[in-house]
Amino acid sequence: MSIPDHSSLRRISGLLLRYLYLLRSSWPRIIEIAYWPTMQLIIWGFVTKYFSDVRPELSAAGVLISAVLIWDSLFRSHVSYTLSFLEELWSRNLANLFVSPLRPWELICSLASISMLRTLIGIIPAAILAIPFFGVSVFDMGFPLLAFFMNLVLCGWAISLVVTGILIRYGLGAESLTWVLPFLIAPVSCIYYPVETLPQWLQSIAACISTSYVFEGMRSLLLQGELKLDLLAWAFSLNLLYIAIGFTCFMAAFRSARRHGLLLQVGE
Amino acid sequence: MEPVIETRKLTKRYDGVVAVDELDLIVGKGSVTALLGGNGAGKTTTLSMLLGLLSPTSGEISIFGEDFVANRFSALARMNFSSPYVDLPQRLTVRENLKVYAKLYGFGEVNPVVDRLAQEFDLTDFLDRRLRRLSSGQKTRVSLAKAFVNEPDLLLLDEPTASLDPETASWIRDFLKSYCEERSATILLASHDMREVELLCEDVLLLRRGKLVERGSPADLLRRFGRKTLEDVFLDVARGQHGEVA
Repeated sequence: MSIPDHSSLRRISGLLLRYLYLLRSSWPRIIEIAYWPTMQLIIWGFVTKYFSDVRPELSAAGVLISAVLIWDSLFRSHVSYTLSFLEELWSRNLANLFVSPLRPWELICSLASISMLRTLIGIIPAAILAIPFFGVSVFDMGFPLLAFFMNLVLCGWAISLVVTGILIRYGLGAESLTWVLPFLIAPVSCIYYPVETLPQWLQSIAACISTSYVFEGMRSLLLQGELKLDLLAWAFSLNLLYIAIGFTCFMAAFRSARRHGLLLQVGE
Repeated sequence: MEPVIETRKLTKRYDGVVAVDELDLIVGKGSVTALLGGNGAGKTTTLSMLLGLLSPTSGEISIFGEDFVANRFSALARMNFSSPYVDLPQRLTVRENLKVYAKLYGFGEVNPVVDRLAQEFDLTDFLDRRLRRLSSGQKTRVSLAKAFVNEPDLLLLDEPTASLDPETASWIRDFLKSYCEERSATILLASHDMREVELLCEDVLLLRRGKLVERGSPADLLRRFGRKTLEDVFLDVARGQHGEVA
């Protein structure tokens, strides 16, 4: 028999294997992952088609479809991360995990890994379908697309860290936050409109939201052909700050759950 | 006997309620020890603190000679736990569950680990069945198999033979006993099955209101309390007809 190797990588891959088994166990789940982004794409594809006839400037260069797909990467990454964590609560498996040598940050890495995979499963088919059906290829953006995508995913994970912290501390009663919280930042993310559209006081808030820089940057690239690195730098910096805040929240919730004996009870 | 678990003045308070009260206990290497007590006596709280699921309000825990409160992870790699009140993922098959936990405990080659556990716990017939399709007795066996995935030096068990038929329960008790003897492993178990405790344990710790109130071998306790069964001793302790351990 092989000798145990107590490396973090092995534990992270072990837990990732658990989520892959879970994903594999149900084909409707796999279809569902791709279903919602595709539906979004179809609806916004037709909106774009309509605008291109009446107000072509609103839908130029596939900006609406690109915005839909990129915004969805935030929502998918967040939901995939949080749903995988919820699986541990629903199956009352959390205590088994935390009596193993698994560190909380390793759990976070496993959740982030499965989240990335599920996000790609969800977004890539929709992005490919947009090419023949609506003549829009987000892949034409090239390397900046990866930067926009990663920023949205990071922001999604930051939200997930806060939500899973709340779930670990307050239990399944807080489950609905999973669906609600990402939309809190949607109006100030300026997904479909420029930041200047917002009233001044909301623009000040948007300036603190990483996603607003991503969508401004994306519009600049698609409409003016200009890659604004300063916007990307702002988005990355803010996302790193959010991740740090999210991690701190999760660890504080975890310590509080250990103090209050919630790790054995959660899910019941 | 070399101590594997040692607690000093271990205390847990929840909102002013004392669940475990300055508990001093030593569990020696290679022993099978029972933690007994009525509801609210502090058994689950004590086990949870010894597993790192619950942080103590005050006091010290030493496991394998190391400070468990300050750094629990190296000890956790050599420990394991099973409880009928903690589930494994129901949507995964038995094989998948064991593979995942083999990896979590550091094994790269997981198939030999699964084969060993399947053989030891007689899981072969339902290895590829999802957990939710199993009977409660089969689930208990899988949960016990998971607890042996890393061949632990210290095993904490909560009601280890709950839901098992008498024959399987007897087989599990024999397995636990021989495992401890062969590997000098240590078991601390919480149980309400007094017959199981008499058959399996050489040392019994009796808790009441978070305090250790009696300790000894089953035979020793029967003699001291002048009782014929451990259940009567348990009832005497639960009703407060005893002295506290100094």
